Amino acid sequence: MALTHRSTNLLKPLSAAVPFTSSLRRLFSTDDATAITVETSVPFTGHKCDPPPRTIDTTPKELMTFFRDMATMRRMEIAADSLYKAKLIRGFCHLYDGQEAVAVGMEAAITKKDCIITAYRDHCIFLGRGGTLVEAFAELMGRRDGCSRGKGGSMHFYKKESGFYGGHGIVGAQVPLGIGLAFAQKYSKEEHVAFALYGDGAANQGQLFEALNMAALWDLPAILVCENNHYGMGTAEWRAAKSPAYYKRGDYVPGLKVDGMDAFAVKQACKFAKEHALKNGPIILEMDTYRYHGHSMSDPGSTYRTRDEISGVRQERDPLERIRKLILSHDIATEKELKDIEKEIRKEVDEAIAQAKESPMPDSSELFTNVYVKGFGVQSPLLTYQLCHRAKGNRAGELSSQELDNLMTIVANYRQFKIPDWFLNRKKDYKKR
Amino acid sequence: MVDAIDHIINSAAKSNYMSAGQISVPIVFRGPNGAAAGVGAQHSQCYAAWFGACPGLKVLAPYSSEDARGLLKAAIRDPDPVVFLENELLYGESFPVSAEVLDSSFCLPIGKAKIEREGKDVTITAFSKMVGYALKAAEILAKEGISAEVINLRSIRPLDRSTINASVRKTNRLVTVEEGFPQHGVGAEICASVVEESFEYLDAPVERIAGADVPMPYAANLERMAVPQIEDIVRAAKRACYRSVPLAATA
Repeated sequence: MALTHRSTNLLKPLSAAVPFTSSLRRLFSTDDATAITVETSVPFTGHKCDPPPRTIDTTPKELMTFFRDMATMRRMEIAADSLYKAKLIRGFCHLYDGQEAVAVGMEAAITKKDCIITAYRDHCIFLGRGGTLVEAFAELMGRRDGCSRGKGGSMHFYKKESGFYGGHGIVGAQVPLGIGLAFAQKYSKEEHVAFALYGDGAANQGQLFEALNMAALWDLPAILVCENNHYGMGTAEWRAAKSPAYYKRGDYVPGLKVDGMDAFAVKQACKFAKEHALKNGPIILEMDTYRYHGHSMSDPGSTYRTRDEISGVRQERDPLERIRKLILSHDIATEKELKDIEKEIRKEVDEAIAQAKESPMPDSSELFTNVYVKGFGVQSPLLTYQLCHRAKGNRAGELSSQELDNLMTIVANYRQFKIPDWFLNRKKDYKKR
Repeated sequence: MVDAIDHIINSAAKSNYMSAGQISVPIVFRGPNGAAAGVGAQHSQCYAAWFGACPGLKVLAPYSSEDARGLLKAAIRDPDPVVFLENELLYGESFPVSAEVLDSSFCLPIGKAKIEREGKDVTITAFSKMVGYALKAAEILAKEGISAEVINLRSIRPLDRSTINASVRKTNRLVTVEEGFPQHGVGAEICASVVEESFEYLDAPVERIAGADVPMPYAANLERMAVPQIEDIVRAAKRACYRSVPLAATA
């Protein structure tokens, strides 16, 4: 990995042959905001645009943040693997380990007012957007403290207040939604953008091209990010796409090919894309990345690729290792300190899991909440309302908003209003009087 | 299958009609339908009612291995577009089969339901996974003195109205069971059919058991409440059999 180190500090780093632990000898402290220049692993390739430069300024603080964030994501996904095998996570579970640089690099280039929408491999993007480990694990285990209160599951994490719009299970469906988000961004005139993430499998979806056409016609600030991990479930990209140069597939829409295992390349590309999208409309970023796990927990991930390939990528291109090497070679922290951080993170993750396990299952009444924004989609709460003498035979649509609020309060706290459990649980019957 | 729904309806189901017989579409669309376990809202919906509403389509829902084999062969041989709704959880279940079923030319007729269990007190109709639940419910009911007749619909479209009505005329009570959403569901159509053809034979209102009227939640306890369980079928059958018990809340 080519690495040029041009420091603004004229002191040369002391020889590593002399063992020392004193921070006086260290070139930088971890909080330092001194600029360090790094180079991306490979130059960017542009399609209908001039690619940005491959030299980027960073700081020791940013390097340490990248390390910590990616190590947390890595640890979370590995812990999720164990929880799934222990049957604490059910259904689908798609893990992101190997792809962390995309989540972390993107966050570093944007603000929480920019929107991100992605598919079902969403745990780490959620974390990047400010989601907590407890919210993530609780959601995976279907508990009350989950980010979707246990009702969504692995594929449906959301955090709207930080501009994260989910978490989608149907392949490619999130892309038209993302372009709609870009439309809303443009409408608000606040100079924010929308990132719509999708995989190499979804890249062939027709709806993507339809939406891209509209984005281009209307100059929407949409950035389409193809997280190309080279396999759509078990189908290799060369078998799935006639043209696997996904950054060129936009045709009239400019594109950039990025090394998705290099967090700085991702950051540079996203910064470039944001500036471009605000001025000129949509742009496609292809992140050349890799997932260590199979497509999901039901896929061993080794029937369509060799173990040598997986371990080869882990050895040559691992995003976490790249940052570790940068930190060590710039003498920002010692190997032991980094290992200590990883131990700390491991402990944090274990504590989050323990806390998530303590979180109870959602209350039964949650079965009926949030079907609609106001009120309920079912009629029994109306009977509830009448039982409590609050309404005299009005139909649900004729309730005033105050009455509707009262109704929702009653259903949310039905026990306090002496309504028996079985009434709202439609699976139970009347007892014979 | 829903991603392709425009083509299933507009290119397959309607073509023979629109072309006055020139373009026939002898295709079979098959795949898993309905809830698996813990797969969340976007992967759990049962589309039997949606497809069953379309003229030009035939819609089949196998339960046992015998159904799967015989109905699939019939679907392939059929000159019309057929939607074949399988169930992911049933893929792992084994069923005893006769030698006749194992024969390479075994074929079942489309549009004929099967009476899985004969009874005289109440008719329970079901399809796919719910047939298994209905049969277990019938066992429980038998111990309490209620003889339930379980009908495996097999064919959602065309619906075997004559078998269903003949059964209701015999038992005078009906419980319909399905996994999908209640409104405009398969049970609603069966109820309407029975009311139209066998009203004077009904001794009790028709009971509808369906999935909860909510998108499928992920949490295990909520998911269990969102899908019919065997106890629900038992209770509904009892309600249909005893006039004194009031109707359940229409949730």
